[in-house]
Amino acid sequence: MLVLRTLVLGPAHGHTIAHAIEHGSGEVLQIEHGSLYPALHRLEDRGWIASFWGTSENNRKARYYRLTPAGRKQLITQTARWEEVVRAIGRVLKPVTE
Amino acid sequence: MGLPRFLRRAKWDRERSQEIESYVQIETDENLARGMQYSEARAAARRKFGNSTLIREEIYNMNTIVFLETLSRDVRYGARMLRRNPMFTAVALLTLGLGIGANTAVFSVVNSVLLKPLPYPKADELVALRQVAPGAAGLANFADGLLLSPSMYFTYAEQNRTFQCLGVWIKDTASVTGVAEPEQVRTVEVSDGLLETLAVAPAAGRWFSHADQIPRGPETVMLSYSYWQRRFGGDRSAIGRSIRIDSRTKQIVGVMPKGFRVVNTDFDVILPFAFDRNKQILAGFGYHGIGRLRPGVSIARANADIARLIPVWMDSWSNGPGTNPHVYENWRISPAFRPLKEEVIGNIGDVLWVVMGTIGLVMLIACANVTNLLLVRAEARQQELAVRSALGAGTGRIVRELLLETMLIGVMGGAVGTGIAYAGLRVLQAIGPGNLPRVNEISLDARALIFAVVLSLVSALFAGLIPVLKYSAPGIALAMRSAGRTASASRNRHRARQFLLLTQVAMALVLLVSAGLMIRTFQALRNVEPGFSDPKHLQTMRISIPAPLIADPQRVIRLQNEITDKLASIPGVRTAAFTNEMPMEGFDHEWDTIYAENRNYPGDLAPLRLFKHVSPGFFQTAGTRIILGRELTWTDVYGFRPVGIISEKLARELWGSSAAALGKRFRQYPSSPWREVIGVVEDVREHGVHEDAPPIVYWPTMTDHFSGNNAADAIRDVSFVVRSERAGTESFIRQIQQAVWSVNSSLPVASVRTMQEIYDRSMARTSFTLVMLGIAGSMALLLGIVGIYGVISYAVSQRTREIGIRLALGAQQGELKTMFVRQGLALVGIGVTIGLSIAIALTRLMKSLLFGISPLDPLTYAAVALILAAATVIASYLPARRAAAVDPVEALRAE
Repeated sequence: MLVLRTLVLGPAHGHTIAHAIEHGSGEVLQIEHGSLYPALHRLEDRGWIASFWGTSENNRKARYYRLTPAGRKQLITQTARWEEVVRAIGRVLKPVTE
Repeated sequence: MGLPRFLRRAKWDRERSQEIESYVQIETDENLARGMQYSEARAAARRKFGNSTLIREEIYNMNTIVFLETLSRDVRYGARMLRRNPMFTAVALLTLGLGIGANTAVFSVVNSVLLKPLPYPKADELVALRQVAPGAAGLANFADGLLLSPSMYFTYAEQNRTFQCLGVWIKDTASVTGVAEPEQVRTVEVSDGLLETLAVAPAAGRWFSHADQIPRGPETVMLSYSYWQRRFGGDRSAIGRSIRIDSRTKQIVGVMPKGFRVVNTDFDVILPFAFDRNKQILAGFGYHGIGRLRPGVSIARANADIARLIPVWMDSWSNGPGTNPHVYENWRISPAFRPLKEEVIGNIGDVLWVVMGTIGLVMLIACANVTNLLLVRAEARQQELAVRSALGAGTGRIVRELLLETMLIGVMGGAVGTGIAYAGLRVLQAIGPGNLPRVNEISLDARALIFAVVLSLVSALFAGLIPVLKYSAPGIALAMRSAGRTASASRNRHRARQFLLLTQVAMALVLLVSAGLMIRTFQALRNVEPGFSDPKHLQTMRISIPAPLIADPQRVIRLQNEITDKLASIPGVRTAAFTNEMPMEGFDHEWDTIYAENRNYPGDLAPLRLFKHVSPGFFQTAGTRIILGRELTWTDVYGFRPVGIISEKLARELWGSSAAALGKRFRQYPSSPWREVIGVVEDVREHGVHEDAPPIVYWPTMTDHFSGNNAADAIRDVSFVVRSERAGTESFIRQIQQAVWSVNSSLPVASVRTMQEIYDRSMARTSFTLVMLGIAGSMALLLGIVGIYGVISYAVSQRTREIGIRLALGAQQGELKTMFVRQGLALVGIGVTIGLSIAIALTRLMKSLLFGISPLDPLTYAAVALILAAATVIASYLPARRAAAVDPVEALRAE
């Protein structure tokens, strides 16, 4: 979902995505960048993202990913479900925080 | 998870590793920008990325079908192992290949001959109209039963309630003239309804119509496909043209399709019988009947239906004025119809099943041999397997790998075997054993191929299972220790291999015994006096003189006499003569009654005897011994002298002895004139050496007062026989043809062969079985020897250390050799004992194939046991010699 969200802004390659997630979460989500790739592979498999070879900002050959229409739809439903879960968890947790 | 992706997994892997590389580069670039050293930057980038190989593997596994992946890996590993042991692989492949090949070939034969339906539409509705008549001995033999007469055909065809249609047919020959050389062709004559019953549409033109079956109606003929190709080059305009057959012009109306046969008879042309209904009598039982049952009607119902018609038949027809139509009640005729397929297959079914069984045993022996080889290998690899399982290979994985290896051998062996089977069938078809029906239908079809595949897999599994069970889960510590070289071989390791060897020896013995029994049968048949001598130097040929060519019987016999003289004058010819048929030639036999003088026949009914017609000098030419009296002379023939010759058996039956028979009189019917016995000749095995000689009456080839015909009559279709050292040579056959044509140029000379060929043909079933069992037996023996050799030589190689010690302690070389040979003999002895008891039980099944010996023939059993013992001594002596040659110093130092 995080990957999909990153790609809403436009096509990006693996390196960018990894850094985007890291920065976007305010360095909270420290991931091993390599583990991103199996995830990308799986998403591509499901047809939510598509890939193509392109050239990076500093002229390196890189594989770019973009969101497919199916992926966009998936992002919306997943985001909605996520928010629902968060709200639900929030409601359960409320008494303790007070 | 799709297969396409599985197949593209390598490409994916390349892409992903490129991508990972590009990540590392970008990250490195950034690190460089942060001011790091290149190597440091790259290392940091890698660190940040994590374990790239692990990630690639993760993605790779996402793409793969785990089972297929490991399978293909194991197959490649197995193939590598096999390549590394070319000797082992070659022996295993050859053993399995031969076994599978032989089995597939025999299965193809069984499948094509016994299992596949006949090549007619709805062939299961077709029945052979076979009748039994226990009261008509001789005329109704066991194989064919009583054939139909034309009047029976009319009665059955018109009044039955169970058949869609039925018809009768015979095979015959005819001469085609009007082209360069007169030619004798094979004909099939059919009644109305026969082609409709078989229901195979013509390839061109039409069937015979009802009009073609009207006597003195249009004269028509149909051609076989091959004759059409041969004579007319497959030209469609042949339909409507005319050819001259037996000196009559007949119009071609149709061509039957390629491969069409009437039951199991190949032919060149089909002719309509055109029976004259008004001239039919009760008798004339010489026609094969075929019927097509109405859907859903059983054979039992058809039998009942026709049984009802037999009295109707006797009431509707007669044998002429003054005869009693109900004499046939004494024959006790009853229908015993059977599926047409049984008629075609005949008694070859027994042979084929026996052959299939023996070949199956060979397969088992081959499997046992391969198992043995695998055991040896597994033993050699025990340490490797132990190491692998110590390193964490699961039992399942090791089992799978070992099995895969054998499967691989199995599949490759199957491929080799299929090739062998294909070649074998080609050879079989080229030889075309005379008595094997449907030879032209035999092919390696889908069913046979599936059989080959299943057989290879099953046999591989079978062969591979024992080594796998034994070695897949080794007690690691034990295996490591005993596979090291500190201990000599433990006893229990050999148990499985010894058991296999016992099985092998036992089965080889069974096969050798059956092959031995066939050899003895063959010998027994060879020792039977057939009633003629030196068949190799007896040239025979068929010549017919059709009535339209020469009508007068006196002129026919003069012509035949002239031909005989011409043949006798060919250089190198000792004598020449002719007869209506040679022994074992297998034409339709003539059986009828004779009445001996001064003898009472209850109900005026005499038993049937085989009638034959011979020319003067026939017995001398054929080498049939004249026991008493003399042969016919030309004076007897031309003067219509009332004389005849009988066989010894008949003489003894009628008058007690040959001497008593001479000068006695007999007649054909109570109303016929008497004939005097002027000679008694030795018995002739007319129906093949394995059947008893029938009682025979020999008539002159020209007679009057014969079979109710008071006018002179001559036999027009005869076999000429010439005794000469040159028999069978091409130049001789050409001279014979010239001699015949110098007498009359429109006489074709047909079926030119030596008596030896006719004789061999009558033994074809036995020789076929003999050859097949011989092959199976020698394969078994060979495999058995290899097995013994393998076991003993392995034991030797395992016990090198022990031998070294023995030698060092002063054992003599000779003693060592004897020890190993004795070990082999002990093993084989047990195997032979087991085998003997199996053989005694099984050979009873082949009783119908044997002749003149018992299935328990002691000589065969003893000989086979001795052969096996001798083979054992040789097979174990070779490794034993190697053992004795061991240098004790070497053997012990090897530790």
